[in-house]
Order: sequence, then C-alpha cells, then structure tokens
Amino acid sequence: MSTVITTPKNRPDPRDAAKDDSMIKQKEMMARHFDKITDAPESGQKVCATFVPGNLNELIMCFDFANNLPEVNAIQNGLRKKSGQFVMEAEKLGHSEDVCTYVKSDIGMMAKGNLAPNGKPFPDPDVLLLSYTGCFTFLKWFELLREQYKCETIMLHTPYEGDGKITDNMRKYMVKQLKEEVIPKLERVSGVKFDIDRLRENLRRSAKAEDDLVYVLESAKKRPSPIDAYFGGIYYIGPIFGAYRGTEEAIEYYATLRKEIDARIAAGLGPVTPEGPMGKEKYRLVTEGPPNYTNFREFWKMFYDEGAVVVASSYSKVGGVYDYDGFRHDPDRPLETLAEYCLGVYTNRSLPQRVDMLVDYINEYEADGLLINSIKSCNSFSAGQLLMMREVEKRTGKPAAFVESDLVDPRYFSAANIKNRLESYFQMIDQKKAGASIKGAAA
Amino acid sequence: MKTFIGIDLGSTTTKAVLTDENAEILGRGITNSRSNYDTACRVAKQEAMIDTRLTLCRRELKGDTADDAGKLDELLTRLELGFRLEQFLEQLDDLEQTCRQQITGDRFAGKENAVGEVLTAVFEKLRGEAPAMYAPGGERKSDFFRDIAGSRYLTVAEETAKEAGVPFDLLLNVYDKSIIEVENRPPSDDMRGKFLRSLNAVVKDAPDFGVDTGMVEKAVKAALEVELEEAYLVGTGYGRVTLPFSKEHIRSEILCHGLGAHMMYPKTRTVLDIGGQDTKGIQVDPSGIVENFQMNDRCAAGCGRYLGYIADEMNMGLHELGPLAMKSTKSVRINSTCTVFAGAELRDRLALGEKREDILAGLHRAIILRAMSIISRSGGIADEFTFTGGVAKNEAAVRELEKLVKENYGEVKINIDPESIYTGALGAATFAHRALN
Repeated sequence: MSTVITTPKNRPDPRDAAKDDSMIKQKEMMARHFDKITDAPESGQKVCATFVPGNLNELIMCFDFANNLPEVNAIQNGLRKKSGQFVMEAEKLGHSEDVCTYVKSDIGMMAKGNLAPNGKPFPDPDVLLLSYTGCFTFLKWFELLREQYKCETIMLHTPYEGDGKITDNMRKYMVKQLKEEVIPKLERVSGVKFDIDRLRENLRRSAKAEDDLVYVLESAKKRPSPIDAYFGGIYYIGPIFGAYRGTEEAIEYYATLRKEIDARIAAGLGPVTPEGPMGKEKYRLVTEGPPNYTNFREFWKMFYDEGAVVVASSYSKVGGVYDYDGFRHDPDRPLETLAEYCLGVYTNRSLPQRVDMLVDYINEYEADGLLINSIKSCNSFSAGQLLMMREVEKRTGKPAAFVESDLVDPRYFSAANIKNRLESYFQMIDQKKAGASIKGAAA
Repeated sequence: MKTFIGIDLGSTTTKAVLTDENAEILGRGITNSRSNYDTACRVAKQEAMIDTRLTLCRRELKGDTADDAGKLDELLTRLELGFRLEQFLEQLDDLEQTCRQQITGDRFAGKENAVGEVLTAVFEKLRGEAPAMYAPGGERKSDFFRDIAGSRYLTVAEETAKEAGVPFDLLLNVYDKSIIEVENRPPSDDMRGKFLRSLNAVVKDAPDFGVDTGMVEKAVKAALEVELEEAYLVGTGYGRVTLPFSKEHIRSEILCHGLGAHMMYPKTRTVLDIGGQDTKGIQVDPSGIVENFQMNDRCAAGCGRYLGYIADEMNMGLHELGPLAMKSTKSVRINSTCTVFAGAELRDRLALGEKREDILAGLHRAIILRAMSIISRSGGIADEFTFTGGVAKNEAAVRELEKLVKENYGEVKINIDPESIYTGALGAATFAHRALN
C-alpha cells in the first residue's frame, strides 16, 4: 500500500504570503476548473477530453462541455509529487520506459482511482476531441483512452508546417474537417445545436485576454525583466492554454496580471519567485523545451539563486503562439481562425521556423544565450534540439547550453548534474561577457 | 612568495595545484576523497605544499649548478622518499595508538593483553617493512596511506593472530574502527621536521653522490624558509559546494577543465575528460574559454567507475585492466555501457569462451564509443584534442580513442599529459591567479 501525503485543507499556505493577486486568483480558477469536471455527474454537464496544444476551447464551450485536459492533470500530479507512482503503475501495465510520461502519468492515475486534485474522481469523458496532431503521441494516447472509455472520438487532423508556412489549402482542409466532422459530432454528443454567433463571442473574449497576455510576455524586454517567462510563464499561460480561454474570467485574470506587471515595471522590480522577489538580474536567458514538473521549484531555484531570469521561452508558446507573429483569435473568421490557431502551435512549426523564433527572441529580448531543457520522453520537442542549438549559437554568437530532465518522471531529474551544467553555463556567460568587454576596450 | 591554489574535489580523488606569481606550477597533491571533503581538501592542499617545497629545493639546488649526471635529481628523489617514509611512519604510529584505544568492551574481555601483543608485533613488522617501500625503486601498491597500510595490516595481522591463537576478527575490528578516524585526522603540521630528518638521512649518504653536502643543506633549508602566502584559492568539482568557500572562490569543473587543458596545451580546442562519474566533452576557444560542452546525463554509464566495477567483477586491480586489454588480438563487441548490464555481458562472453583480454578490449571500446557520442554532441573534435581524467591513464582506452578519432575526424593531434588528473585543479589555480592579476 502506498501512502499519499496531502496538505490538510483549510490551512493557509504560508507560501501564499509571497503570492500576487493574480497567482491567488489563478489558484482559485484551477480549483473551480477541477470542481466543474468532477461535479459533472451531478450537474449533468457533459465532459470533453482534449489536449492543450491546439485546443478548441471556444468551440467546446459552444456545446456546454466541461473541458478536461489530460496534460494539465499530469502536470498537477507532477507538481504534487504523485506522478512518480503513476508512471510506475503504467509501466506495470505494460507501457515502456520510453513512452511520454504525461501519458503514463495519466494511465497510472486512471489505474489508481482517477482522482482529481480535489480528491474526487474524474468522470468518464463523453467525447475525446483530438484537435491537434502535431504531437504524434497524442494520437496514441487517445487510442488508449478510446479503448478505456469506449466513447465518441473526434480527430481533427492538423497538417505540419513542414514548409514553414500556413497555406490556403491547409486552412481549407481544416475548416472542412471542422464543418463536416468536428461540429456535427460535437452536436450529436452534446445534444446542443451549434451557434456560430456564440463561437464569435467566445473568440472575441479570447482575443481580449490574448492582448494582455502578449503585453505581459513582452514586458520581459525591459531591464530588469518584471517576469520570468519560463517558470513564472507556466502560471501566466495556465488560463489561456486551458479551459478558460474565451471566458470573462480569463479577461479579468489577464487584466489583473497586466496591472501587477505594470506596477512591477514602475517600481523597477524583477520577477516574483517562490521565495519572494528575485535578487539582481545577472543573466537573461531564452529557453527551449518544457520544464521539469516533479522538481519544479528546485529547478527554478537553480536559476533565481544565480540571478538568472528567463526572458522568453518556447514552452510558453506550446498552447499557441500569440506574440511572435501577432496571431489573435478572430471573431470575424471563426472557423479559419481556429484552423490557424492549431496550425501555428510552436511544436507544429518546422525546425527552421523554431530556430528563427529563438534567434529573434535572443535579439529582441537582449538575452545572454539559449538554454535547452531536453525532455527524455518528448519527441515533439527534443527531436532536432541539438541542431537548433548549433544554429542559434552560430547566428547569435551567444553561448548555448543543454540540460536534460523529464516532464513528470522524477527518476530523470538529477539535481547535481543539472546544477553543475547550469552553473557552468552561467560562468561561461560571465567569461564571454568579460572577454567581449576586454575586446571592446582594446578596439 | 605569493601562491595561487586550485582544488578539484572529485568523486574519487581530491587534487590540489599550487602555482606561483608567474602561473608556473609549484606543486601538486592528491588524496582519496573519502566521504569527508573537508579533510580531503586539507590533505590535498598539504600534499601540494610538500610538492611545492620539493620544487623550491630543486630551484635552489639547480639554480646555477649543472646537473649532467642527474645526481641532483636522484638526491631530490631520495629527499622526497625520505619525507614520505617519515610521513608514513607518523601515520602508522597514529594508527597503532588508535587501534589500541579500541581494545575495550565485552568482546575483548580477557583477551586485551593478547590482542595488544599481536598489535605490537604487527606494527613492528609494518614499520620494519616501510624503509624498503620507500627506498629508490621500492614498490608501493598505492600512494594513499589507507591502501598501503590497510592491505599489509590485514595480511600480517591474520598471520600473527593465527600464530598467537587470537581470533583475527578482533584485529579486524580494531582496524575497521580506527582507519577512518586516522585517515580523517588533520595531518600533522611538522612538515619542516620531516624534511630535515629526511635531509639528514640523505646527507649521510651524500658522499656516494659526489655532491657538496653543505650546499645541499643550505639549499634545502633555504627552500623550507620561503614563506608561502596563500594569495587566492579556487575550488571546483562535485564537492565544491560542501566547502566553506564563498561563491567567488568556486568555479564549475567544466570551466576548470577547459582552462586547465588550455594551460597544459595552449592549442587545445577540444577536451575530453573521463572521470569517476562523469564524461565531459568540452570545446574551448584559443584563450581557454569554454564555448560549449556536453556531459553524461543522469547516469554514469561508461565513466571511470564502470572500469572499477569491471575490475571488481574480474577480480583484478583497476590498473591491470588496460595492460591486459592491450594483449587482445580481436575485439569482442560489447554493446552496453550500463555498468550493471556490462557485468552480465562480461559473464556471458566469458561463458561463451571469449578471452578475458578480448572482452576487456571490447569494454574499453564501449566506453570510448560513448565518450565519442558525447563529444560529437558538444560539437565534434577540433585540432588539438586533449584527453584528461583518470581514464586517460589507461593505455587501452587511449588506443581505442586514437582509432576512433582517426576514423571520424582524420588526423588530429591528441595530447595526454601524464599529470592530466590535475587538469581541473590546474584550471582552478589559473582562475585563482587570474582573479588577482
């Protein structure tokens, strides 16, 4: 029998003392999100399971579904130190060590009672909506879930941006699938008739929140950066990448966040860390790849203890790229805009596009270099990362470094090894800067 | 004299390097890391100080004297051996005293005197053997007290206990309780006394060398008088964070290895370091600044410890592996660099009738193949290429590396310094020097 340690409820978390309003608000939003899903059997609401990248939340809401996102559950289990036992449970069921650990955490969680963070069981989904296929594992994941739940499964095929652009054909192909496959099936499962005006309203709300999100992300161009766009960024992207995009709550959240960031900028402050405000900003980094969730705070601490702040990250674009090429959900082109959103997700972009993006981030955010956290079980991100690193180094002349860990498998987080590499990298940046200033003085 | 100290706290050994104001190496010291980095650091530093005194003696003696016949070198070697003997005897006395203090409690009841007598006989024998070990050309199993004294103690105590009719486990018990304590005791500071006693012994034989004993005494005494000021110290290696160094006194071992390799071979552009638990591929620029690096992740497959494990599996000494592998006539393919799987593969190949040397050659190749993958991820090999770390002392590993470098990168100059184990410490000492200059 395993012992699960949980924090007793109703006791104020002392760490909340260091939290901003937006963080408390977000915590409440997460709690409501899970309650909504686990209360579905009583409320009679139907449940749709779908993935974060390319999620069609605005469309899903048109059919009154509660939206359950399996990666969000895996992340929660990682942060709550539960994913390790789930991953091993999935391995016991026959899933190999190399399989994506989000999947294994999910499968293991189902085997162990399928409990949400609020302690109540997740209801079985009524529909599985696979709206993004840029990650091939998603296909397999939903195959497993379909087997488990025997429910309606909808697949929206998203063509890969292999040639580095979205073509008209791609857009038309996706709109056709939306019209002929996705919407009719969602209508059938939900029993709700599709109303395009309702979709337009949702999209209008999305765009409003997206404007504020981009403002927040771009605030990192300032010195010192008022935000950490990777570790802090995880919190900032929560509502927009999850079940809140297209809601008033998301608009409010991002408005609050924007105000907080403005206040930090006015006061010349850096990011807030779990241990309070960060000290002096010494290194500005661009990161590529997801973070590690099982040792999230420990990993973050290795950065802020050294004065390293992440000014831009590719991971905070995994559920949609809003800053780089100005994409906003467009209520005037409702289905086209959903297609473009799915197509533009970071991991659906070609390697040259990703390189361009990282190079531009380094230049625009005046970063000292690129840090890659390569995830053992995530091919969507990891394939090609070394090549990308070389190319970014070559084009920016800035040093890059590579650390390795995993999403939610605690066995693949070696603190000493990662810390060693990070410290080496920070000292490399110091040396580069010192070398450059000597050369500069000599010139 | 101002000195700059670099200390590399590795997983297996701790190394120290002292340099002077011209960044010239004065002395090197090494000790096993134990589980006590504080002591390891102190011992390594003191060893480097001893080496420094010898360097200073050499400088004094050779200052303006030609040494065509190598007589001064021999004299200095004897001076060092004499010093080492003194040092060994000092620790042996400590070990004996400590062992005696352990003869208490129920299990020794009624046998105190018998055990005490065996100890007297054992240590007398060990003391008697010592001068031969430290005679010119004498052989020692290792340079570490624990290894030398330990193996002889166990052998001699077993024999002596048997003859005296005393249970050997009692002798084992007092030794086990004492050795860590002795090893972790701060070394005695009487460096000067030991040098002078050694000098006396050497001078006594001096007529044989045909050198002026007065000059030797004067030079050695002058070298011992030089005041060594610790101007700046930099620590590196896995144990660095456990030391009471402030942040500015700590450098990453990757940067230290890069810079150390550059100091040894200024044209170095790629460094491979295979240590006890990591393998690192490092690219450096023409001034020794690290441009890129890769290292093993999460698991120490294919690092130095792998060879240690194989040596244990084969019941061989670590240093015997390379020479045996060199005798191989065909290479057996070993796929796994996972330390545990390699043990299984090893037994499997032995069962199939493969020769030990051929299997060993395959194991060495497996390590180097893994290292090649790490280097290629760090950006490949550029001319010149410097190989460092404990595994660089293994000739079979070097042979495989040379082959694979040639196959993959063509003609590249490969540098291996016999003192390459000190690369990280040298880099740290250089950082210490740069911090003040």
